[in-house]
Amino acid sequence: MARRKKNKEIFALGNEAVVEGALIAGCSFYGGYPITPSSEIMEIMAQRLPMSEDGVFIQLEDEIASMGAIVGASMAGRKVMTATSGPGFSLMQENLGYACMTETPLVVVNVMRGGPSTGLPTSPAQSDVQQARWGTHGDHPIIVLSASDVQECLEMTIIAFNMAEKYRTPVILLLDEITAHTREKIRIPQPDEYEVTSRIVPSIPPEWYKPYEETVRGVAPMPPIGSGYRFHVTGLTHDVNGFPTSRPDEVVDLMERMHRKIDQFFYDIQMHDELMIEDAEVVVIAYGSVARSAEYAIEQARSSGVKAGLLKLKTLFPYPRRATEKALANAKSIIVPEMNMGQISREVKRVNSGRASVRTINRVDGQIITPSEILKVIMQG
Amino acid sequence: MKDQAELERFEIRFSGLGGQGIITLGKVMGAGLSLGHGYNVTQTQSYGPEARGGSSRCDLVVSSRRISFPKAENLDLLVALSQEACNAYYPYLKPGGVLIIESDMVAQPPTNQYLGLPFTAMAKDRIGIPQAMNTIVLGALTHLLPFAVPRIMRKNMEEALPEKIRAINVKAFNLGNREAKKHFGDVPQAWADMVVEHRKPEKKRSTQKK
Repeated sequence: MARRKKNKEIFALGNEAVVEGALIAGCSFYGGYPITPSSEIMEIMAQRLPMSEDGVFIQLEDEIASMGAIVGASMAGRKVMTATSGPGFSLMQENLGYACMTETPLVVVNVMRGGPSTGLPTSPAQSDVQQARWGTHGDHPIIVLSASDVQECLEMTIIAFNMAEKYRTPVILLLDEITAHTREKIRIPQPDEYEVTSRIVPSIPPEWYKPYEETVRGVAPMPPIGSGYRFHVTGLTHDVNGFPTSRPDEVVDLMERMHRKIDQFFYDIQMHDELMIEDAEVVVIAYGSVARSAEYAIEQARSSGVKAGLLKLKTLFPYPRRATEKALANAKSIIVPEMNMGQISREVKRVNSGRASVRTINRVDGQIITPSEILKVIMQG
Repeated sequence: MKDQAELERFEIRFSGLGGQGIITLGKVMGAGLSLGHGYNVTQTQSYGPEARGGSSRCDLVVSSRRISFPKAENLDLLVALSQEACNAYYPYLKPGGVLIIESDMVAQPPTNQYLGLPFTAMAKDRIGIPQAMNTIVLGALTHLLPFAVPRIMRKNMEEALPEKIRAINVKAFNLGNREAKKHFGDVPQAWADMVVEHRKPEKKRSTQKK
């Protein structure tokens, strides 16, 4: 009789949970450059990856090279990741765009700190939200996820890898210093508990293969480089064979397919959690560690009779429009607390288009938004 | 037998100087309360460029329910191992909260309602190494906290430590536990309803049955 193994529990940092998640998802290459408050991810990866069967860990000279290394390793068939914070994330933008254009699956964890520039090295912030969406130039599809507690760091990392592989796209996981540096008890899932997705490799003979061919899902099969299949990658707009083109019809085909491969799977990509939202007159829309403050505030508001609810965003981009519209249905007012000058509240206002009143709570002083701050605004009605 | 106290939200802050082992103390206690005792625990810390001599802080939130906000802001227990830390964080102690100080380091306590022991001197004189100070505090707190069980806490601590320092830390833990029993007395009145069943003295249990 098969005996069920006891669940393994550890008391771990958010950053440690990211590593656990990455290894469960099958990450076998890490290239990076350490930066506070993401350094523990790299530190633990440096210990763990060489212990695994085919794991490779490289410390590069900077974040530009880190991104280059993981793009290359991904093309060679690896599941890859890197982790950084604001200043490093800025350096990664050029190669991130290259990864979007060449449709290379990879995961970038950005543990946000205050900016601009070197900013507030050890303080929490959520100020890279719009950068994660629009940091690299050009109309590009990208997936941006977030996590608010330690168990979620593990889960969202697995999901980030799965989405990257499934949609052949870079996925950004945004954390903040509080989530990354909080220790909590987490459960290490059983190997069969999570579905682990890997990219589809071509099954046709090499001479028939076209690397950027149209498919039903919009995602072309991707062979590892050197496996006998045609492999031509370029940052230039390319045709189905991967060669540069400026023919308008081919350009449009590429751009439309690249966006469609994400757009037609909104139902799969856009993730959120709801708390007491059905009858809520005041809805708080939050993500990351601020969602935990909001949850505490909402419990207190409910106990004093105010109908408050929480919409916690796990996917930030593509922005979960449908979930927001549902939350708006009964709400008289929306509160968007975030540790920046108002980056997700722009998206909320766009979806809201004047239906409910939208109020923001913004903090950029490197301090967490406390439950009492949110409660105060909730109680104003 | 009731294994767990029903904890709404219990907040602990360890504070003192960098180098006193504040963060390690919080980590070991957090792991003990979460993995050993089964509570939900979040541990956060001041995250700055603190070196030896700077100020250091580590917070625990303990609950039998899901913890939403992970930081401590309304303290049930403040452990101050330096005068500076005591001054800085005493205002965050809630009414009825308990203050524990290092009685040699905190020369001017802000109140006369406190419990104190010379933890550093105890580590030096009775254990032989000053680094064992934080483990003595852990032992003392395990006596004081009504929902902590010394046997479980000690076992978890041993698991968290490397072999070569295990024995000396067990010694330090036991010393702290014993001295707290002698000097701090029983569980503070404010926490009486959190006592887990198997920690209560025999007599008390029999009177409850009547």
